[in-house]
Amino acid sequence: MEGLIGKKIGMTSLFEEGKNVPCTVIQAGPCVITQIKTRKKDGYDAVQLGFDEKKEKHCTKAELGHFKNANTTPKRKLVEFTKFQTEVNLGDILNVEFFKNDTWLDVRGISKGKGFQGVVKRHGFHGVGDQTHGQHNRNRAPGSLGASSNPSRVFKGMRMAGRTGGNQVMMINIRVMKIIPDNNLLIVKGSVPGPKGSFLIITK
Amino acid sequence: MKIVEKEFAVENDFPEFKAGDTITVHYKIIEGNKERIQQFRGVVLQRKGSGTTETFAVRKMSGNIGVERIFPTASPFIQKIEINKRGKVRRARIFYLRKLTGKKARIREKKF
Repeated sequence: MEGLIGKKIGMTSLFEEGKNVPCTVIQAGPCVITQIKTRKKDGYDAVQLGFDEKKEKHCTKAELGHFKNANTTPKRKLVEFTKFQTEVNLGDILNVEFFKNDTWLDVRGISKGKGFQGVVKRHGFHGVGDQTHGQHNRNRAPGSLGASSNPSRVFKGMRMAGRTGGNQVMMINIRVMKIIPDNNLLIVKGSVPGPKGSFLIITK
Repeated sequence: MKIVEKEFAVENDFPEFKAGDTITVHYKIIEGNKERIQQFRGVVLQRKGSGTTETFAVRKMSGNIGVERIFPTASPFIQKIEINKRGKVRRARIFYLRKLTGKKARIREKKF
């Protein structure tokens, strides 16, 4: 899917047709084409985009050479997109206007890490039993993990407490509300995964 | 970056008001396909937020029952805001007013 790399700026709300709509501000682009992979040379077709400036002293020599090939400054985030329909050349710059004809986009990002969480927050369990009638300390418990002597083990994949968040999450069909080309800003309806300042992959 | 998107904030010409002031909010309501303007007069309890997400809360006594309404400042439904009284209060958020009734619930007017 063709798309761009972006950065989450923050959330706000706007009035649209008399309704107060929550929306997210994303900085999408400018992205530079850093490499074009071909089936002949690399085994598959893809376009590699770079986004966000990076200091030269933080680059390895291999990275510097890679960016020099594309004739650009070092970039922090590199992402490959397959099935790029638009014709692009090495070193081209794409900005938000890439999305100017689109109303619906998909946005991918890494969700906020929530640490070690219990089963109620992590999997939406409801806890065990009541809050009253002499009940205590079972309100957020997972309950039974399975049957007894048969199978006398806990099945694989049983939902339990553990690290939560920090996964790749994709929001499908997010509506574009507005595009501000001067600052490469994209305003979409609703929320988008991840904290402010995190990288997002926006695809058509 | 956040400031940039404030650029398309709606411009309105409401007079400045603070917590403690008594104001009348004229706002449009749509019933079916009819539009009419309603007034809401009361004391401003607080102003909250900034930019397009700013809101203010107004409290009035309807008979014996307190009615509070929160308006977004950027709402296109607000036609105009009139200031009836300037109140003298020491706080920016006067929630203590909710507990007070009768004579105690009066707010001294600001002298100019």
